[in-house]
Amino acid sequence: MEHEGIFDEMWGRDGVLREPYARFNAWFEGEDPKRLRAKQREAEELFRLTGITFNVYGRAEAEERLIPFDIIPRIISAQEWQKLSRGIDQRVRAINAFLHDIYHRQEIIKAGRIPERLISGNEAFLPQMIGVSPPGGVYTHIVGIDLVRTGPEEFLVLEDNARTPSGVSYMLENRETMLQMFPELFSHNHVQPVQNYPRDLLRSLMACAPQTASGKPTVAVLTPGIYNSAYFEHAFLADQMGVELVEGTDLRVVDGRVAMRTTRGYKPIDVLYRRVDDDFLDPLNFNPDSRLGVPGIMDVYRAGGITIANAPGTGIADDKAIYSYMPDIVEFYTGEPPILKNVPTWRCSEPEALAYVLDHLDELVVKEVHGSGGYGMLIGPTATKRDLAAFRKKLKARPGNYIAQPTLSLSTVPIFSRTGLAPRHVDLRPFVLVSPDGISTTPGGLTRVALKKGSLVVNSSQGGGTKDTWVLEE
Amino acid sequence: MLGKTANGLFWMYRYLERAENTARLIETGQRIALTRLHDSDAEWRSILQSAAVCEGYDAVHDSVTKEAAIDWMLRSRDNPSSVMSSVAAARQNARVVRTALTHEVWEAMNGTYMRVKDRLARKVSERDLPSALGAIRQRTAFVRGATHGTMLRNDIFNFSRIGTFLERADNTARILDVKYYVLLPSVMAVGSAVDNVQWETILRSVSARGGFRMEYGSSIDPRDIARFLILDKRMPRSLAFGVAAIRKNLNHLVADYGSRPPSFGMADHIERSYLSYDIDAIFDYGLHEFIQKVLSLVEELGRQIEIDYRFYE
Repeated sequence: MEHEGIFDEMWGRDGVLREPYARFNAWFEGEDPKRLRAKQREAEELFRLTGITFNVYGRAEAEERLIPFDIIPRIISAQEWQKLSRGIDQRVRAINAFLHDIYHRQEIIKAGRIPERLISGNEAFLPQMIGVSPPGGVYTHIVGIDLVRTGPEEFLVLEDNARTPSGVSYMLENRETMLQMFPELFSHNHVQPVQNYPRDLLRSLMACAPQTASGKPTVAVLTPGIYNSAYFEHAFLADQMGVELVEGTDLRVVDGRVAMRTTRGYKPIDVLYRRVDDDFLDPLNFNPDSRLGVPGIMDVYRAGGITIANAPGTGIADDKAIYSYMPDIVEFYTGEPPILKNVPTWRCSEPEALAYVLDHLDELVVKEVHGSGGYGMLIGPTATKRDLAAFRKKLKARPGNYIAQPTLSLSTVPIFSRTGLAPRHVDLRPFVLVSPDGISTTPGGLTRVALKKGSLVVNSSQGGGTKDTWVLEE
Repeated sequence: MLGKTANGLFWMYRYLERAENTARLIETGQRIALTRLHDSDAEWRSILQSAAVCEGYDAVHDSVTKEAAIDWMLRSRDNPSSVMSSVAAARQNARVVRTALTHEVWEAMNGTYMRVKDRLARKVSERDLPSALGAIRQRTAFVRGATHGTMLRNDIFNFSRIGTFLERADNTARILDVKYYVLLPSVMAVGSAVDNVQWETILRSVSARGGFRMEYGSSIDPRDIARFLILDKRMPRSLAFGVAAIRKNLNHLVADYGSRPPSFGMADHIERSYLSYDIDAIFDYGLHEFIQKVLSLVEELGRQIEIDYRFYE
């Protein structure tokens, strides 16, 4: 099982079975691979029928595709999780404090901990949010923290998703699928449940309702529509919470409230869980061509008439240029050293860093500051000479647009391949809910796995798959 | 409920009904072709007319052939009312209103789409046609079964039913409209082989052959056929049955929402003024004129429902 230097979460570095996987492995060894292969196909059939698909941009033919699901779970012990969730809690607390500060007094800039131009010159910074205090003081109601692991104790934060993180439906459906296919596994292993997420999400959103809301707050999910890559998830969450799934064309501002067009007339909304980017939220205040948003919603928001989750302008906190300052940000606002480390990062905006990056391009991963989904990034070690040359040009032209990180030896977890268990690189995205009542992280998350041998890219748009993620009870 | 959701439900079930009706029309055409000795291309034209897809067909074909007509109605993506297009549109609408559907209905709908897409991926040979058409009818019945078995009887259900029956009433009226002359006394030549085939076409196209025989025995009187398909309240594809079902579902909405919009009055009016007479009065009015009138009233009713329940902005 072992291969050089890389930490496998099941077999460690030396091929000795790690404790969290003990019971699973005992079960696995008693299983007939043929039955498991049939189960794998059964799982895919189940996903296709349920319509758990995502849309790939720019591919008319394969409008809807399945994300491959691997039946070997990724298992995390209770102790490992405790440390992780404390670290996540701290980081998310800091992010919210940072956002409040950045849109109000900007103490962190005055204290000289981050450069001023990083904020004022940043596309993700929304001047419209200056001085606005969102209901309950919450900016990021839903956060997805992307983590990678390089050793038994080494979890690093790769990215903070503070805008509209997706993938939570896979966390839930992957578990549902495993429960249906291998019920016996769950009676041997005590796995912490994730199924309460939709209920917790609704409760958390309601707790953030504006003061104008009377009685039980009306919550709705705003989607760009059925052609959006995550439409399935938007419908899934609305369905699970029992709230309406709305599009921009269903909404308008009526008597100073944002209201949805129902068969009985317009009904005001108190909390809008939007899965539409800032830019498209309000054609009057942002992109005038947007047909996905609601004209005037920002004015209602600023007047305290609606909660928008996540708040507009949170992108400034998960910006890749800001990312490198996160350790300082955590310390500045919590007064504690960060529990979770960052991946070492070169900011190409700094001349020295740029020089280093240009010299070591074939060893590094270079990302666009505003990119996501694995688009527009360079993986040095696997890039061709032409790719490298092209990227070098881009870097020189707009250095501020890029950051670079070392190629990490990401941990692996076995997948069930044609030849049996085979190690593949993984990452982890736990989901965090924030409300005035506190911060809570669902025990588990989305494990993405690179299905190609040796590949480090786990994004579903680039051929990655997913696994069920178990956090064991103590 | 969102206006958009009501709209999506309405169209999901309309398209589902359309897919089923079109499959049935193809089945009828095929049956006639097999039981007739001479060329049946004229029959295919009237089948295309009954499905209201004749214009589109003519735009891309020079002549009517059996093979082309079947393919146009069954698989063509250029024909928005083909079985394939209808099932795809039903599913597209189901995706939009997914939160209003039970899991069983969604899975039945999605499974139907996957199966039909698979069956119709390539041109269907004559030998495979009966089983392909049978599968389509089975799959649409499956969605209907899941709907009846698992959905709450609330406004969601009402809009689904209204869509179903508007499409069905429209379909039955169109079949009558294309074939009305066969039922007129003036061209009545009882017992001639040609007319027997024509009447059978009508009854088969609405799955009414067995029901008709149960009610009227084996003697075929065109007047009885007209009465059965227009006025019989027990026949689930008759005009009277369809409009009554729409009126009843609108009535639930009236009670549920506590308001009585114009559409309810319109449905009530169609039922009282056009579907409560005896068949002689209809023949006196003029069968063709009568059917045209009902067709346009039903269409108007559909538009009013869209307005009353805010389907669109």
